[in-house]
Amino acid sequence: MRTLPLSVGFMPLVDAAPLIVAHELGFAEEEGLALNLQSAPSWSTLRDRLILGQIEAAHMLSPVPVAMALGLGGLPTQLDALSVLSINGNVIGISNALADQLSNAAKTPDFLDATAAGQALAGLKAPLRVGVPFPFSMHAELLHYWLAASGLNTAQALDVRTIPPPLMADAIATGEVDAFCVGEPWGSITVENGGGALLLPGAAIWQFAPEKVLAVRRDWANAEDDLTGRLMRAVWKAGRWLGQPDKRTTAADILGWPEYLGVSTEIIERAFSGDLLINARGKSRHVPRMMEFYDGAATFPWKSQGAWIGARMAARFGLDRAASATKAAAVFRSDLYRRHLGPLGADLPAASKKLEGALSGSTTAATDSGHLILGPDRFFDGQVFDPSHPEC
Amino acid sequence: MPDKLSILIVEPDKTRAEAIIDSLAETGDHHIRVLSGSTGLARSVAELNPDLVLLDMANPSRDAIDALTLASSPLERPVAMFVDRSDDSLTKAAIEAGVSAYVVDGMQPDRIKPILDAAIARFHMFSRMRSELEATKRALEERKIIDRAKGILMRARNMSEDEAYALIRKTAMSQGKKIADVSQALVTASELLT
Repeated sequence: MRTLPLSVGFMPLVDAAPLIVAHELGFAEEEGLALNLQSAPSWSTLRDRLILGQIEAAHMLSPVPVAMALGLGGLPTQLDALSVLSINGNVIGISNALADQLSNAAKTPDFLDATAAGQALAGLKAPLRVGVPFPFSMHAELLHYWLAASGLNTAQALDVRTIPPPLMADAIATGEVDAFCVGEPWGSITVENGGGALLLPGAAIWQFAPEKVLAVRRDWANAEDDLTGRLMRAVWKAGRWLGQPDKRTTAADILGWPEYLGVSTEIIERAFSGDLLINARGKSRHVPRMMEFYDGAATFPWKSQGAWIGARMAARFGLDRAASATKAAAVFRSDLYRRHLGPLGADLPAASKKLEGALSGSTTAATDSGHLILGPDRFFDGQVFDPSHPEC
Repeated sequence: MPDKLSILIVEPDKTRAEAIIDSLAETGDHHIRVLSGSTGLARSVAELNPDLVLLDMANPSRDAIDALTLASSPLERPVAMFVDRSDDSLTKAAIEAGVSAYVVDGMQPDRIKPILDAAIARFHMFSRMRSELEATKRALEERKIIDRAKGILMRARNMSEDEAYALIRKTAMSQGKKIADVSQALVTASELLT
């Protein structure tokens, strides 16, 4: 098979692992692809490079293709999510000042208790300044969802600021923000530098949040069906490899190389294992499903995930919720996933949408060929999102 | 619309900022401000109220500026476009040169074009200078390695400097390698042996 070159952009984050592993461990080569991985300095630059054809595919925040479909931000272009690259992986951190305030008031919530953490923050003096990496991100969506459900008036008492991940540790240390929601390793770096403490993992807000997707332009996916299939297979195989716990150290080693994250292996491994150091005094906690690349059909692009993001975004930006959810669902290409990954034996659920938030434990679901195990996907407040009624 | 355009340049390097100001001055009389820090960028943009924001694509703070395109509060300046949506080729040229430009909605494209053209030319020059600087650095590094390799040979085999260099060059040619690579191998081997 002739090897075809493909340029792929990524941001220096632990969850870029499936693309990096696909390239470094030969999964791309196996599919006849030579990946040219390009690190991007910002999400907007990564998005624009994709839109203008400087790269063919990208490691992308799952809400970005949805935002494009709704006409929010950037040059108007249709992007598609071919598969989910990773589930969960964000952490919420607070400044040392805020951590002291909570501890003095004996209100330090348990690290996995989103209800207690939300109430603790909602009870503080407003407004709360929170840094997120990008306006269209699971970080922003989780934050708004969580704090609104915790009783905070997010329109008035929440001041959300955009801060690039590598600058987040500085922003919290210098007091530019009181809290942040960021992807690893940048939360752990904050703890390492002593600039703040971790309050809550994103997984405690939504147990199965689609964090990053493999994004391409819709016109490219339509025109390059063969390449699309090769790319999806290479990345899926890398995700399956990453899903094996005994591969974590190797994966962390590779990600630590200067051309990728340039961060110590030990810090990267925390995200893979879920064993996080949560404050500078050395307290550590284990987070179940801190970051998932394979288990529970992690990479299947559920149309209902897209619909949830679309409905949430519509509510925030004043758009029609039902119409937005429909447009957003179309961005998650479960059809391409079935066609290109089915023959490899990827888990294919019988339906492409489900109730989001209805599974409290691992659950057996029907598939085309038998059954598969889906992971728990509860929201912390017990709400269930029905993609057939996104306006509710 | 006021006659003078207010332009905000986000650039931590003072020399670069000044060079950009100089080249923009040739396109007309503008009101130009420079921001060097990355903290509070969004707030500064809102306060300075510029018609046009220029920044290096490599600047990670670009996302903060991009977020302003969504600002709905009437107090904040709606920096509403990435370059100009109506001109794809200009947008492409800007991105390839490494400029990101945010232009306020409703500004006439013919007023933006000369400014962007000047910025693009300036950015191309910067990237050429950057490559030249890197090439020079690399050449200097290679020079140092070759000198060390020569020194090793001079000591170990009692050669003159010219003889040592001739030997390295001959080895490189016979192995089809660069002189710098042969020198590096020699230095590494010597470090391992001593």
